[in-house]
Amino acid sequence: MFKNPEELKYTKTHEWVKEEDGLYVVGLTDFAQDALGDIVFVNLPQTGDTVTAGESFSDVESVKAVSDVFSPVTGIVAEINEEILDNPALVNEDCYGAWLIKVSDVTGTEELLDAAAYEEVCANEA
Amino acid sequence: MELKTPLYDVHVREKGKIVPFAGYLLPVQYEGVIAEHLAVRKQAGLFDVSHMGEITIKGPGALATLNHLLTNDFTRMSTGKVRYSVMCNENGGCVDDLLVYKFGEEDYFLVVNASNRHKDFEHMKKNILPDTEIEDISDTLAQVALQGPNSREIMKKVMKEEDIPEKYYTAKRNVDIGGMDCIISYTGYTGEAGYEIYTANENAEKMWDLLRENGKEFGLIPCGLGARDTLRLEASMPLYGHEMDEVVSPLETGLDFGVKMDKKEFIGKQALLDRGEPKICRVGLTILDRGVLREHQDVYIGDEKIGHTTSGTFSPLLKTSIAMALIDKKHSALDTVVEVDVRGRRLKAKIVEMPFYTRNR
Repeated sequence: MFKNPEELKYTKTHEWVKEEDGLYVVGLTDFAQDALGDIVFVNLPQTGDTVTAGESFSDVESVKAVSDVFSPVTGIVAEINEEILDNPALVNEDCYGAWLIKVSDVTGTEELLDAAAYEEVCANEA
Repeated sequence: MELKTPLYDVHVREKGKIVPFAGYLLPVQYEGVIAEHLAVRKQAGLFDVSHMGEITIKGPGALATLNHLLTNDFTRMSTGKVRYSVMCNENGGCVDDLLVYKFGEEDYFLVVNASNRHKDFEHMKKNILPDTEIEDISDTLAQVALQGPNSREIMKKVMKEEDIPEKYYTAKRNVDIGGMDCIISYTGYTGEAGYEIYTANENAEKMWDLLRENGKEFGLIPCGLGARDTLRLEASMPLYGHEMDEVVSPLETGLDFGVKMDKKEFIGKQALLDRGEPKICRVGLTILDRGVLREHQDVYIGDEKIGHTTSGTFSPLLKTSIAMALIDKKHSALDTVVEVDVRGRRLKAKIVEMPFYTRNR
């Protein structure tokens, strides 16, 4: 398992988020992609949809299982990563590069953890 | 508490992702389900299936006992053959499905599902006929499955070629593989050519390493339970607890070939007769929408619920979602378009011919 980047924030439900030019970029953590195994479908919301902190905005299907993805923030979907709709395995290959959505107009967030606190969450679940 | 197979330490060494399954700690995957699945379809894969149960039935009453306990007919079975059967309860439901190996007129070796092993043994003990000895030897044996088109080439490197079973569903015992005493059968649960090898627990690790080492040049990789499930699903092989259970009958789930209704008697025969022509049947589905079908999802035509899925996954070979379902027989025609309730969304799927995958022979 590779290290969770220090510059990102994390949720207890295994999403990462980072602020970039006023947008919040959201993706799945290494722990999540590893637990899911080979990812074969990612369902994403549409641009303009509202996402709510702590609520599911997407589901990810692997060969083995389906899993909800929970939004770390409340806001409006400004952009989705079209590339992973066509090539979902990118999430397995580079989970910190293969973001899912970018959120604008953020009005609230989940409890966000730094990398060290998140690694403790993972250690307890492993 | 979960049990460990004799290969547990090997799985840890091979970096398998360990999960509890049927009371055992087993690897769900090593490298990844898709890579392992495709290795078996194109080259070779090695599975630890030591969790499976093995029961011997011996004695002058063995044949009569098998014909009484099981739905298939063993009367004309030759020594060295392997035969699939269902074991029914009094109501015509399935106690288990299993393989019967014949090693002699009074000498049979049965392979049962791990999760049913104790139940099966109790059921068999309760119902055996006179002059029959039955023994559960599961805890003494390890089992590995070598599956894939390169399996034979690999076996040729580790044993005498003339000892390798020639035909599908045949077996040999007291065969020497790398100095180990083994049972080897040309069988498997992947829809691919391959062998299942049984040997004493203490040989397990040596056997694994021998096959791994000799398999490398043939593309052999270790495979977990994840690939085992996707492979058997592509081959439309039923799994106990999914396509059949204590309620569903073998005729309802399409196992007619293993149920000999013309046999004089077997446990469950009368109930199967009383139940009459099955009203449900097992069908194959492929998805038409985007998504993945899973087990226990309701199947609809319009507002009418016609059945439910029993297994579903993403097929690594066909690159789409496939499922098996038990549905109302009158809606089971090929090409019928149905809807499956996938987590609250209705996804379209089509009834297709099974198996989803057949190997070239």
